[in-house]
Amino acid sequence: MEMLKSNKFNIVLLALALVIPLAVYPVFLMKVLCFGLFAAAFNLMLGFVGMLSFGHAAFLAMGGYVTGYLMSNAGLTPEIGILCGTFASAVLGYLFGNLSVKREGIYFAMVTLALSQLLFFFFLQAPFTEGENGLQGIPRGHLFGLIDLNHNLSMYYFVLAVFLLGFWLIYRTIHSPFGQVLKAIRENEPRAISLGYNVRQYKLMAFVISAALSGLAGSTKALVFQLESLTDAHWHMSGEVVLMTLVGGMGTIFGPLVGAAVVVGIENFFSGGELGTYIHIIMGLIFIVCVLAFRSGIVGEFNKFVKNNF
Amino acid sequence: MDTVFGINPVALFGQLLVGLINGSFYALLSLGLAIIFGLLRIINFAQGALYMMGAFFAWLGLEYLGINYWWALLIVPPVVGLIGILIERFLIRPIAHEDHLYSLLLTFGVALVLQGVFNHLFGSSGKPYSIPESLQGVVNLGFMYLPIYRGWIIVISLLVCFGTWWAIEKTKLGAYLRAGTENARLLQAFGINVPLMVTLTFGFGVALAGLAGVLAAPIYSVSPDMGANILIVVFAIVVIGGMGSIGGAILTGIGMGVIEGLTKYFYPEASNTIIFMVMVVVLLIKPAGLFGKEA
Amino acid sequence: MKKVLLASAIALSLALTNAQAEGISDDKVKIGVLADMGGTYADVCGKGCVAAVEMAVADFGGKVLDKTIEVVSADDQNKPDVGSAIVREWLDKDKVDAVGGIVASSVGLAAAKVTNEAKKPLLISTAGSTAFTTKQCSPYNAHWTYDVVALANGTVKPLVAAGKKKWFFITADYEFGHALEKVSTGVIEKNGGQVVGSVKVPLGTTDYSSYILQAQSSGADAVALANAGKDFVNSLKGASEFGLSKQATMVGLLVFSSDVQALDPALIADMRLTTGFYSEMDDKTKEWSKRFKEKFGKTPTMGQAGAYSSTMAYLNAVKEAGTDEGEAVMAKMKATKPDDFFARNAEFRADGRMVHDMYQVRVKKADERANEDDIFALEQTLAGNDVYLPMDDACNFSKK
Repeated sequence: MEMLKSNKFNIVLLALALVIPLAVYPVFLMKVLCFGLFAAAFNLMLGFVGMLSFGHAAFLAMGGYVTGYLMSNAGLTPEIGILCGTFASAVLGYLFGNLSVKREGIYFAMVTLALSQLLFFFFLQAPFTEGENGLQGIPRGHLFGLIDLNHNLSMYYFVLAVFLLGFWLIYRTIHSPFGQVLKAIRENEPRAISLGYNVRQYKLMAFVISAALSGLAGSTKALVFQLESLTDAHWHMSGEVVLMTLVGGMGTIFGPLVGAAVVVGIENFFSGGELGTYIHIIMGLIFIVCVLAFRSGIVGEFNKFVKNNF
Repeated sequence: MDTVFGINPVALFGQLLVGLINGSFYALLSLGLAIIFGLLRIINFAQGALYMMGAFFAWLGLEYLGINYWWALLIVPPVVGLIGILIERFLIRPIAHEDHLYSLLLTFGVALVLQGVFNHLFGSSGKPYSIPESLQGVVNLGFMYLPIYRGWIIVISLLVCFGTWWAIEKTKLGAYLRAGTENARLLQAFGINVPLMVTLTFGFGVALAGLAGVLAAPIYSVSPDMGANILIVVFAIVVIGGMGSIGGAILTGIGMGVIEGLTKYFYPEASNTIIFMVMVVVLLIKPAGLFGKEA
Repeated sequence: MKKVLLASAIALSLALTNAQAEGISDDKVKIGVLADMGGTYADVCGKGCVAAVEMAVADFGGKVLDKTIEVVSADDQNKPDVGSAIVREWLDKDKVDAVGGIVASSVGLAAAKVTNEAKKPLLISTAGSTAFTTKQCSPYNAHWTYDVVALANGTVKPLVAAGKKKWFFITADYEFGHALEKVSTGVIEKNGGQVVGSVKVPLGTTDYSSYILQAQSSGADAVALANAGKDFVNSLKGASEFGLSKQATMVGLLVFSSDVQALDPALIADMRLTTGFYSEMDDKTKEWSKRFKEKFGKTPTMGQAGAYSSTMAYLNAVKEAGTDEGEAVMAKMKATKPDDFFARNAEFRADGRMVHDMYQVRVKKADERANEDDIFALEQTLAGNDVYLPMDDACNFSKK
């Protein structure tokens, strides 16, 4: 962990992030960043409050649809479009959070799943989402009315900036007094209550932040692919983000990003071609191995290793 | 087209009957889930994949080994149950003492692998399995033509469901089982081999999914994702019924099938979602489910 | 530091994309085949479309203008997001020059957004929506095999004229199904019939029982299946199981030869439908189908035949134009009248519609069939201009 906190390490990472699109296909990188942010937002709930939401796809899709619709029809600039999408997801998060944070454990997971299924139905039926076709040809637009994002590289740097902003927000949240209370709730909820914290209010707030940042990821993703479809709202997506977080390491800072990179990388490697049918098998095996042997994920195990050996 | 108060009774009864058929499947699958949850406190996300395997084994048996439908009905459930036992013994037991969310995630992984393997071997498009000759044909019920096979499904799944319920509520073995759900350690102290009981129960719960799979093979096409689609609904049903409540799972399964049928008549677009609407409402009003006990 | 990096990266990539090469770009002509490889539509195009495109390339000699022709393929799973991302990567990274295959219209339209913007030809073999040549037309679309208007005119019109006046639709719930239902409804109403009801069914549904019941209680005398592939097969099976086939005429609006072969002849015999190609039509189609069957092992569908025909036309145009640059190739393609075993009395119009003869056929009964490919009996040949939409002026790309 010490290593991850050092400035040198962060600067190296940042420099790598800046030059890597020259070597790797930028759309792939953008996908990793968007899902990395999504997983990090999800991790805020699972890793730091200890609540497994099985309906986070709802927020990803909400952000994507709102941004996509406004960009296509209201001629917004991308930063305003993304803000609108994020805001919509935050509002949705407040609604869902109010209904769900009263419940715990498996029941919380089930309520969030049910709510996200309702939203899936809404997206399937509402005319503005274009049903199974999805919103196609969403314009990426000009950032601040100036920079043309149609170019993959400029889009990449924009996505990187959004990702860093979101990531920084999560980092700040975790390391604020608010974050400390969340961790206290995770470790021992009755004690947090007895200390006078309004636990439900804290959980709700964490839920809203997590939803808003998931929406931010979804909004950005919709611009990258210029398409928003029901795939994002499907419960498979809610399962996928669990996998990413678990693989990378729940409750760690960089885990979700690493997990997203691994999962998206595997999907990319196996998609298309003859190997396509192996995707599910490999994902499933990763799930099983992670749960049985590496419960703290790649980053978590790495941290343990560093701690024990250096 | 005779209508009463704007309702076309022929269409309505038809949809209700189709709902009852679907409800029979729901009941079988949610019964298995509820039994497993009751004793092991784990949610078996692989239940859908095992149901899919049941259907595939029936198809494979017919295609390659010449095992007909009736033999499949007898052979496949124990085979699927055995696979379930292996999963329980070697994958779930090592993490039984951990947070139950882990076993949920683990079985989710198992489901992905099973689905992926069958997808890899047989492709994602469905395999046809014809209805056994003696159950072909339709009965004219006056308001609709009921294919005999669908009627058979209702009969057999109700028999199995209520048979299981009776065995658990009224027999000595069932009493041990119920005792195990209340306090496993105490039961062990009375000299019952609880781990063995747990394994066998898991196997039985899974075998029910295998049975449902064989029943489903002739009417839904046999495909790798048939389990994933139904599982999430069955999940919701178990939660609505109250997790671990055996009778609740059966009644809610049938009830939800019928409600779905009603929705198909009044507002067909919502028929895939109605169960989740019910689930949200039930969880908000009675968190433990309709038939569940408050923890 | 950051800014310098950013600026140089942008400059570099701009330089890369602005380089417009004459002749063949990157010394290769690459064709990507996008299709549903394992799902509902796997049999109507799928790997068979890949085989058809490969066959065209081999027949062409494997090279054009002395450059190798390469075929790549991918599975779109009938999902627009998946298909769109694949095509984007093909064009950006793998330097694909033209995209073929294309089955589900929703995926096709999403792919078209990407290919149109990159000015690369899109050879649409198996998708049916008319949007490719109307509201979403582009100079780079080549809509080859059939479309929903041709199907509605070919199949629905004669049935209404023959006295089927009350119609019910079982419709695949996405672009293609919606379009097919809409134009068919137009044809029905124009000819004095009426639509008494319709139900939209998600793509890939396997149990049609409740939808069949809805059709049954509507009192319709014709039930139109506005779906395709496995959906068509499953809905027709359901109709027979619940006795709907006895009460009303089942009308398959889009039926591929593979669907007919997948069904018990008793369920589908005597159904009248419209197709753009069938293998047993004459010596030319038989000759080609025989070669295809030797390579792929199955009877070709009209989608697969269209994939071959459009690939051939594309390669010829590349040769004629002396370049694989999209605009020049499309201009050459449109300047040439397509004429092969598939395209009869054909014209490739400026709006991207390939207009050709369509065939109204009847499905043969089991005892009429001479062999497993012999499934259709020709009722009438329909001249392309009678069944396809006339060109939309806004899509006439020959006028500048």
